[in-house]
Amino acid sequence: MAALKHYFRSFLLWELFIGLRLTGKYLFARKITVQYPEEKTPMSPRFRGLHALRRYPNGEERCIACKLCEAVCPALAITIDMQQREDGTRRTTRYDIDLFKCIFCGFCEESCPVDSIVETRFFEYAFEKREESIMTKPKLLAHGDRMEASIAADRAADARYR
Amino acid sequence: MDSLLTLVLILLKIVAIVAPLMLSVAYLTYAERKIIGYIQVRIGPNRVGPKGWLQPIADAVKLMMKEIVIPTGANRFLFVLAPVLSIGPALAAWAAIPLGDGIVLSHIDAGLLYLLAMTSLGVYGVIIAGWASNSKYSFLGAMRSAAQIVSYEIAMGFALVGVLMAGGSLNLNEIVRAQSGSVLHWFWLPLLPLFIVYFISGVAETNRAPFDVAEGESEIVAGFHVEYSGMTFAVFFLAEYANMILISALAATMFLGGWLSPFQGIPLLGALFTWVPGAVWLILKTAVFLFLFLWLRATFPRYRYDQIMRLGWKVFIPVTIVWLAVVGVAKWAHLAPWFD
Repeated sequence: MAALKHYFRSFLLWELFIGLRLTGKYLFARKITVQYPEEKTPMSPRFRGLHALRRYPNGEERCIACKLCEAVCPALAITIDMQQREDGTRRTTRYDIDLFKCIFCGFCEESCPVDSIVETRFFEYAFEKREESIMTKPKLLAHGDRMEASIAADRAADARYR
Repeated sequence: MDSLLTLVLILLKIVAIVAPLMLSVAYLTYAERKIIGYIQVRIGPNRVGPKGWLQPIADAVKLMMKEIVIPTGANRFLFVLAPVLSIGPALAAWAAIPLGDGIVLSHIDAGLLYLLAMTSLGVYGVIIAGWASNSKYSFLGAMRSAAQIVSYEIAMGFALVGVLMAGGSLNLNEIVRAQSGSVLHWFWLPLLPLFIVYFISGVAETNRAPFDVAEGESEIVAGFHVEYSGMTFAVFFLAEYANMILISALAATMFLGGWLSPFQGIPLLGALFTWVPGAVWLILKTAVFLFLFLWLRATFPRYRYDQIMRLGWKVFIPVTIVWLAVVGVAKWAHLAPWFD
């Protein structure tokens, strides 16, 4: 009896029709493609994109060269040199992030006591030469200046969970 | 002078068939990408031109600009001949397909045999391409594909024998005429198993999913045409799609009443649609089968090689033989409404 049933089913292409019905249904389903350059998916305020160094509202850079980020970085992507400035404060003379090494884990951002190094929403970057992969201090600060509005808004949105 | 005129006339007719055919091949690739995309909840190509309508043209231009690489160890003559051999029969077969009552390029009485011969010739393109490339992967793909095509040729041939018995003629025009009456007079109903066997064998013949072991993307990259590039590759591609259209048109001609209107025999509706030219119905029926080709590809995973052989030899051939006997008895008994 079971064999008979099996024969009937296979000769009537039963399972094939079930499969066709399923794919036929999806032919009319709502398409979920996001047309990337024109449309973008929503992004979390915690998104970890390209790094930036922030400044205080008065224009003073936040970083105090404590080197916690350099110490915590699991990929050893951060290199910091520091020197005392004339006014007696600790300041970095060099702050390099190697984007080829960086794994975008966000530990630097988490370890920073003054919210100086942050990861921004910006991820659509590209470079044409290998040496451009090093984010130097001027580049990081410039990126921070450019993105400050969105950086501040993201920190504010995430503040109650931190 | 007179013979020259006939020659020019025939050439014009050939152009009138081949040019729209090539255009539909181009747009079949677009339809395939769109439909499979839709089934996979994507939207398919939509960048080139409005809604991506110029995509096939962009593809064609790209392929024509590319270099044709001929491998060092390859047999140059056969390497170039293979794509021609593979597209030639796919186009030549159209000579015998009637686009309307009596509207056919060549009125061959042995049309069905001619079609069988032409569809069988396609396998030479595949084997020669695989062998001439002098590459083990091409050869492996060619072997697989040749074995598969030859196996399904038999089931397909038997299915056509059923059509021949039912239609009582080898002339495709006569076969379509024998189906006139109504939708129920078409041969799909009395020859239902043969119809299904024919279509599935047709899918296997054209090396389309789920019978695409010859191409086997995930196993042997591209099978017999790995070494081909640029226009030579494009010709294989064209041949595959032209064959799909051919198989669909043949299925429509032999089982779904070719140019006959589906409203024929229905009191009011039949008269309402008599003005529609037969070619329109043929194109619509062909389109249904082409959609089925794409739908099958989007649905089923690839058959294992031994399963393909089992299906061809142990299922299809016995089924067709049994049904031939049934058709014989029905014909002998003048079973109404088909064989009276």
